[in-house]
This record gives sequence, structure tokens and C-alpha cells, in this order.
Amino acid sequence: MAGLRARRARRQRVFRWTVLTVAGVFFLLPLAAMLEFSTRGGGTWSLLVDWPQLSETYPDLAEGILASLGQAALTALLMLALLVPTAIWVRLRLPGLRPLVEFVCLLPLTIPAIVLVVGLAPVYAWVNYFIGGSSLTLTFAYTILVLPYAYRAIDAGLSAIDVRTLAEAARGLGAGWATVMVRVVLPNIRSAVLSAAFLTVALVLGEFTIASLLNRTNLQVAINLLGKSSATMSVAVSLAALVLAFVLLLLLSLFGDRRRTSR
Amino acid sequence: MSGVAVQLDDLSRSFGSVHALDSFSLLMRPGELIALLGPSGCGKTTALRILAGLEDADSGRILVGGRDIGGLPANRRDMGMVFQAYSLFPHLSALENVQFGLKLRRRAAGDRAATMLDLVGIAEHAGRYPHQLSGGQQQRVALARALAIEPQVLLLDEPLSALDAKVRVQLRDEIRRIQTEVGTTTLFVTHDQEEALAIADRVGVMRAGSLEQLAEPAEVYLRPASAFVADFVGLSNRLPGRLDGDAVSVLGTRLPLVRAAAGGPEVTALVRPESVDVVPDPDGPGRVVSTAFLGPTSRVTVAVGETLVVAQVTGERLAGLTVDAQVRLELRPVAVALET
Repeated sequence: MAGLRARRARRQRVFRWTVLTVAGVFFLLPLAAMLEFSTRGGGTWSLLVDWPQLSETYPDLAEGILASLGQAALTALLMLALLVPTAIWVRLRLPGLRPLVEFVCLLPLTIPAIVLVVGLAPVYAWVNYFIGGSSLTLTFAYTILVLPYAYRAIDAGLSAIDVRTLAEAARGLGAGWATVMVRVVLPNIRSAVLSAAFLTVALVLGEFTIASLLNRTNLQVAINLLGKSSATMSVAVSLAALVLAFVLLLLLSLFGDRRRTSR
Repeated sequence: MSGVAVQLDDLSRSFGSVHALDSFSLLMRPGELIALLGPSGCGKTTALRILAGLEDADSGRILVGGRDIGGLPANRRDMGMVFQAYSLFPHLSALENVQFGLKLRRRAAGDRAATMLDLVGIAEHAGRYPHQLSGGQQQRVALARALAIEPQVLLLDEPLSALDAKVRVQLRDEIRRIQTEVGTTTLFVTHDQEEALAIADRVGVMRAGSLEQLAEPAEVYLRPASAFVADFVGLSNRLPGRLDGDAVSVLGTRLPLVRAAAGGPEVTALVRPESVDVVPDPDGPGRVVSTAFLGPTSRVTVAVGETLVVAQVTGERLAGLTVDAQVRLELRPVAVALET
């Protein structure tokens, strides 16, 4: 009996390690290959961290990096400005609308990017007309794209506190609606807001389809372009972007953990 | 500091087809503590929330110190409120919670907040965050926070119902002490009749959106205005009786009436368990059905023919009253209400 159990435990252990190894190889091998490839010939990584040199050698790439960073920052800001007050307001005053808002926010997840572009193209004709063709205008499309993730994060944060009672208590103490949002609700959903922002940044840094199809530039478009002339550099930048996204997601899970342990 | 008069005048409020408040009127004297008592859904919380400005009345007026505040939003009504749910701001310490309202009013927050925490007896926990405080301590801080802004009216929405029994009684007495000390006109909403009787200057018993009776606790208990009040405040036996002039005859005893009643000779009288005494008697008409020891008192259920009568006797008397013992009942001549 005991031998049977020991044998089963051993079999399970073997199975666990097999799965872990296969998955690890599946994920890490391409990354290792990227690292190996991008270090061939030398000079690629040192060039990557030398901004003036980089922007001189690969102006398109530098432009793409700046565009992506700008898009990420603006999208995060616009998303927060739109979503945080809306989510709070819906919870406080229009709870009946919650399913609808949730549905609308989840829609972008179900629509393929290519279909989204077909719909967005005529809209962007107007955007071009009114505010020009800067790649930063992609912010609008990206804000829609990140809604499902950001809404989920913020809504989960709001679920964790009794928004209604807190808001009523604050109002009873003399706080107007703006004060309620900024000084009572926001500080208590800080980690949720950070999560939403991190997810947004990670998503925007990895976006290719919409930017490419709408003829705007960003990091991924630049990498794609670069792949045709300097393969090592393009792979190095891809790897760096991937690692940055990993770091962001790691930070995100750390924030989540910290909140759980402090309760 | 002395309180102001508060007048709720003919308030009505419906949620769909449900009338939460139905021409509800209430006059609170300056500095008075009124407890609104009633079963859930009777409109007591709605009345408090309308007074606080957290909900709008469909019709009616609210006067505080003679001023109509019906149009003012909640944040400009100058009312302190303590909720049933823990409502402290989780990201602020106890002291910062109390300072919140003071800072909004641009008053020197430090001293006053510390004084208030001292008043509610948790000065030593001033630096703690809400999740580091017990439920009772959180409600104390909430009370300090509500009183710190020197509100015209203090509103307490079942502030004790989330606490365990011992803390509840302790904090109840404390609230009464503090309220008497600061003299703020206070509305206390509860579904716990013992709490209402213990804390209030006057108790308002509510039913289906309107006041059934508003009177001092003893009056509500001893001379209930209706069968509903008699039934909701304290336990009552429903015993068959016969109207006999200005009295009612129940189980062979003539009892005076709380108020004169008209109607047929056959009535149902509401008799409190503590007005019924149980005496062992081999020839008595009653038989003990069950007993319950409750500490200082005991409850004995006696069957007399078809009727079950609950009586309350002192704890030590229980020994002589075993199940199936023959007994007779003696009713004290306390005025009773009739079921209509």
C-alpha cells in the first residue's frame, strides 16, 4: 500500500517536472535563441543603450520607440481619465447600468484587430483631418483596445471596498463629489488603478496590427521594418521590449500580492 | 453646545409600488434622542437617509432649526452620520479619519480630533488603521468622526447591529452618555427593541412607512398604542378574553385596558409574559409544556386547554416547575392592549 502511494507520488513528481521542462523550453528557447542571435557580431546591445548613437544609426527605430512610449503614456492617462470616474459613478449612482458598461467594455476583446481597423479607418480619416496624422493619435484606438483589461482591473478594485458607504460617509462629512472621488475612493483603489495602467502600457508596447494598418509608426512597426535591413538589431529590440513587458507584469503581480498581505 | 429642533413634515417616498414612507411626520425637540424602531422594510432607514440628504423624498418638508433644508445636498446639511456597515476610510488612520471632516471645513483639526478620540475612549489607538481595530473600536471612531464636525443633527443608522452582544450593550450606553454630554439632537434607527428602549428619550415605533406610536420608552412598553406595538416591543401572549365594561376578563382575571375599546365581547388581549405568574397547584387548570432557563429569569410555557401561555418567572422558581406539572396562572392587574 505504502509502496503504491510512493510510486504514485514519484510518478506525479516526474509528470510535474516534465510539464515544467517542456513549457520552460517552449518559452525560454526562443528567447535564448533571440539573445544568442542578437549578440552575434557584437555591438548591438551597446548600441541599444546608447540613445544618441542609436537615433543616429536607426532613426526609424528611435522614432518608433518614442512613439510607443508616448502612446503608452497617453493611453494610460486617457483610459484612467475615462474609466475611473465612469466606474465609480456607475457603482454609486447607476448600478443598473453596470452589466451594460461591462458588456461595452468587453466588446473590444471579441472583435479582431483587423475588423476594428476596418471600422476605425473612416474615423481616422476625420482624426487626420482635425488633428493631423501624428502616430500619437493611435491613443484613441488603443484606449478602446485596452478597455476590457483596464475595466476588469478597476472594477475588481472597486468590488474590494464598500464604495457606497464610504462615499456616503464622506458626503455626510461635507465632501463634494470631486473630493469623494479624489480623496476617498481613489486612494483605496490605488493598486487596481496601477494594475490597469501597467496592463495598458504592456499592451500598447506590443501592439502592431492597428498601427501598421493605419500607417502609423510605433515600436513594433519599426521592429518589423528594421527586420528587413538589420536583423540583429530588430531581434535585440524585440527581446528588450519583451523583457520590459515581463518586468511590468511582474511589478503588477507584486502590487497585487502586497495588497493581499496587508489586509 | 445645545441641539436644534428637527421637523420632518409629511414625508412620502415610494420605490416603485412600495411606499417606504407614507406621510411620515416627526418632531424632534432640541437635544433629544429619538429611536426609530420597526421591522425591516418599515421605512425607518429611509426616513434617516432622507434627513441626511442621501435620498430624496417624493414630497414633504424637512426643517432643521426652523430652516427648510430639503434642497440642500448631503454634503451641506451639517449632519454627522454613523452607519451600520463599517465606514471608516481604510487608507486613513483613526486620527486622520476624525480629521477628515474638520479639514474639509478648514478648521484646526489636530486638537479637536484628539479630543474626540479621547471622548469615545480610544485615544491610545489614534495611529491605527481601520483594519487594525475591532468592530466596536471602528464604530467608536466613526462616532468620533461624526461628532467632530459639531453637526446640528447626529444620525445613527443601526450602528450596533454588526457588533457582538456584549460590545453592543457597552457601546450603547456609551453613545447615550456622549449624546447627553454634547447635547446633539439625535436620530437612532434600530430594529432591536431593547436597544431602542434603553437609549432613547422617546421611541417611535414604525410600521409600513408611518409612525404607529411616538412616546417615552416606558409608555411604549406599558401602554402600547396598538396591537402591533405591543407585539413588536417585547413579547406578548395573545389570550382570549371578554370585554366587561372598561376592563377585560382574561383567564378569570379582570384586567384594566390601556385604552377604552369598542366591539364585540369576544376579544384577544395582549398580555406580557412578566404579568403572568405560574404557581404549582395539583388542581390547577394548566400544564407546563416547556421551560427555558435564561439566567436572571426563566420562561415557562403553560397549556391551558387549547391556549398556550408564556410566563416569565425568576430563575430560582424554575425548580418547582417541571414539564407536565399541574399549575395555575395568576395574572397581575396591569393594563393590557387588545388586538384589533
